[in-house]
Amino acid sequence: MKRCLIVDDSRVVRKVARRIIEDLRFATDEAADGQQALDACRKAMPDAVLLDWNMPVMNGIDFLRALRREPGGDRPVVVFCTTENDMAHIAEAMRSGANEYIMKPFDSEIIESKFAEVGLV
Amino acid sequence: MNSQDFEFVSGLIKRRAGIVMTPDKTYLLESRLAPLARKEGLPSIDDLVHVIRSRREERLIAQVIDVLTTGETHFFRDKTPFEHLREAVLPALAAARRGGRIRLWSAGCSTGQEPYSIAMMLDQQPMLTGGVPVEIVATDLSDRALEKARAGLYTQFEVQRGLPIQMLMHYFTQHDDQWRISERLRLQVTFRKLNLLDALSAVGKVDIVFCRNVLTYFDAATRSDVLNKIAEQMAPGGYLVLGATETVVGHSTAFEASHERRGLYRLAQNAARAA
Repeated sequence: MKRCLIVDDSRVVRKVARRIIEDLRFATDEAADGQQALDACRKAMPDAVLLDWNMPVMNGIDFLRALRREPGGDRPVVVFCTTENDMAHIAEAMRSGANEYIMKPFDSEIIESKFAEVGLV
Repeated sequence: MNSQDFEFVSGLIKRRAGIVMTPDKTYLLESRLAPLARKEGLPSIDDLVHVIRSRREERLIAQVIDVLTTGETHFFRDKTPFEHLREAVLPALAAARRGGRIRLWSAGCSTGQEPYSIAMMLDQQPMLTGGVPVEIVATDLSDRALEKARAGLYTQFEVQRGLPIQMLMHYFTQHDDQWRISERLRLQVTFRKLNLLDALSAVGKVDIVFCRNVLTYFDAATRSDVLNKIAEQMAPGGYLVLGATETVVGHSTAFEASHERRGLYRLAQNAARAA
């Protein structure tokens, strides 16, 4: 079973995302900020990361850049999932190594569609 | 909505758009008509139906047809038809039409996602047609859908269904909370209002027809009639792509099914004479 790390500082968002992603037959883990996510990745690289942008301690883009420098950090498929919905943010995320980008609000169809784009489902 | 009103509205839809609505679709009908009633300043659907029955106002009837026929669609809906196009149809036609052009018709294009998906695919992979230009004609019955298609303006929700982020970045610009497809792509698609129940000759001769999730709503007789009329618009060697759940089998002898590719049909050699 593939593993997806869900990174968001909102417990509600994590819960909603978790339900959707588990329906897509993933095992899931959660992290509340970029640092927690990085620690989790150092223990075990997930197959996919659903990543919020604005979070305390370490934000999503800093986490992504750090992840891509880690050994094996090029492997996880990273899908941003954020309220940042302008072209400048999207371009920065993609330049920094994201694989896909979801603009909140999201629903199960959007997550499934985006996961399909990057070959996760 | 009472059964007489339902019969009246479903009769109207059948005559005007060929669409068959059975009583189990009452909920769908009500959910689409309620916003129209509100827009018209009428207190309920019953009042809306009453006004239509008594005044027979064309403007209002057209809006009823409009809200009841606008189909659900998204970018690159079902990946398979686009694979047919990329792997089989375009390479074959690129060879057959060398020095000429390829005409593609998106029949029942709704709000434009299908023709624009094709335009994006062609733009990304120009070698697919070996330099043979492709002209895309897209038609729909609904003025409201066509207006949106022509504007090429989509909500954040719509651009996230089926559209890879790289394509959003490449082909769209943001306008407030909407996304507009580039003018270059908009100019590649000619939108036209057309009712498939009417004469189809205005479309001209075409090499490829995408007609997906449209026939589903017609009864058997209408389905046959529309398929045969589509065949008449097709150039020899032309291809027809239907939706995942649709078939020509039992409805028209003008097409031959592809053995390897589900939903792909070729115009039969003798179709011109048969039609």
